Amino acid sequence: MREFGYLRAPDVSGALALHGADDGTRFLAGGTNLVDLMKAGVERPERLVDLAELPLDRIEETAGGGLRIGATVSNSDLAAHPEVRRRYPALTQAVLAGASGQLRNMATVGGNLLQRTRCAYFTDLARPCNKRTPGSGCAALRGEHRNHAILGASEHCVAVHPSDMGVALTAFDAVVAYETLDGPGEVPLADFYLPVGDTPHAETALPAGALITAVTLPPAPVAARSRYRKVRERASYAFAIGSLAAALDVRDGRVHDVRLAFGAVASRPWRARAAERALTGGPATAEAYAAAADAELAAAEPLPDNGYKVTLMRNLVVAVLTELAEEAGR
Amino acid sequence: MAPAPTATHSVVTLTVNGEKHTLPVDHRTTLLDVLRERLDLTGTKKGCDQGQCGACTVLVDGRRAVSCLQLAVAAEGREITTIEGVAEGDRLHPVQQAFLDLDGFQCGYCTPGQICSALAVLDEHAAGWPSAATDDVRPEAGVPPLTPEEIRERMSGNLCRCGAYVSIVRAVERAAAADRDASAADAPGGGDDIPADASKEAVA
Repeated sequence: MREFGYLRAPDVSGALALHGADDGTRFLAGGTNLVDLMKAGVERPERLVDLAELPLDRIEETAGGGLRIGATVSNSDLAAHPEVRRRYPALTQAVLAGASGQLRNMATVGGNLLQRTRCAYFTDLARPCNKRTPGSGCAALRGEHRNHAILGASEHCVAVHPSDMGVALTAFDAVVAYETLDGPGEVPLADFYLPVGDTPHAETALPAGALITAVTLPPAPVAARSRYRKVRERASYAFAIGSLAAALDVRDGRVHDVRLAFGAVASRPWRARAAERALTGGPATAEAYAAAADAELAAAEPLPDNGYKVTLMRNLVVAVLTELAEEAGR
Repeated sequence: MAPAPTATHSVVTLTVNGEKHTLPVDHRTTLLDVLRERLDLTGTKKGCDQGQCGACTVLVDGRRAVSCLQLAVAAEGREITTIEGVAEGDRLHPVQQAFLDLDGFQCGYCTPGQICSALAVLDEHAAGWPSAATDDVRPEAGVPPLTPEEIRERMSGNLCRCGAYVSIVRAVERAAAADRDASAADAPGGGDDIPADASKEAVA
């Protein structure tokens, strides 16, 4: 690991000043991804600005009836919060489906959104990777890509975003708030991750040196009946091969409101808006769920070894929406 | 404009098992390496060194964490508890005793991490935290009892290459039952007349 300087920020403005939008500086929160990448030599910062003392570890009601989740709230505290469990149960389920109890205690909400892909080529310094070394190529295209993207990828990168939390946040229209030396800003999570195109190394819409301060969830009555289901290669403590955050409000047998977001299929949590449009106002039946999934997955471009994800996501949509509708009928 | 260079070493004071240690550290040093190499607390084990196996689990401010991904310099001001700080003198903690009584290990390498993790699992459960094995996470649904399924999920961050999982789950179950009986005895009006199964229902 490269030697680095370490600074503790007293508050948000102090953190921004210490960072100074400098290329070689990284903010340190839980460190569960950053420190690991530093050990691997993928991240080689000259200095870290530790955010541990920032007052961003609270979950508060917003004036509009939503929740404002501070950027340094731990995954554990987010998942355990009574109002998150009551109003957005799929968010609690998504967070609890990720990592382990130890890592959830350390990891933070802001860090979760900024974590890097777990594509094995990204951390293998001996192999090309356009995300790590722009212009070097993509080893996954003709290599191991069973768990890579089927939606929104490009010939330059087919890596998936590993977050579970982000999938539920995307389904519920979360907005990312940040601060820069030039003032505050915000961006919907749906627009937070940049299209892959030929710049897979440029991942987010955050300005240089920006610090995420909070993630805001607007009120969403439909989210009270929601579910996150994660499919993985073992029962626990593994990244998804496909996941779904879904919320459903059925009235008189018809879909009044629905939210769907896919995980582990793209470079970002994938809001399935085509599927939502196909369902809204129509019958709440398994046939309709399948047709809606097909509408979303029509854009899928699977690689030779990950075509199973198309079927997997279709089946997930049908299964989870069916369960949610049955629950509502009880 | 690049900021001025900053020092790559610092003198830090770490509180480990209630004792303060002041020492210079290279910022690259993890808490795990300080515990083992500098403080001679070799109970905490280095397995994968990538946050994937849980062998290095310690408690930081009472919460379990993997010490291999915790920079030592960032642990200043935190209360750290390692396996060496779990027993009270010669009296083993009930979780340690349960691992011994029920053979919750084979080679023992992962055991300090398993025990530190199990201690936190009991606290997290007592605090009402749901898990990925919890059917209904809404607060109105209450806390599910620590069933083997719940224990397996909550302990999934601790790998055991010997595969002693069956006994590990039993040991945590035993420790959870002891914990529950102890708190039932402490509760006003509670105590011996509450059968274990009834108290399980009460929290379910």
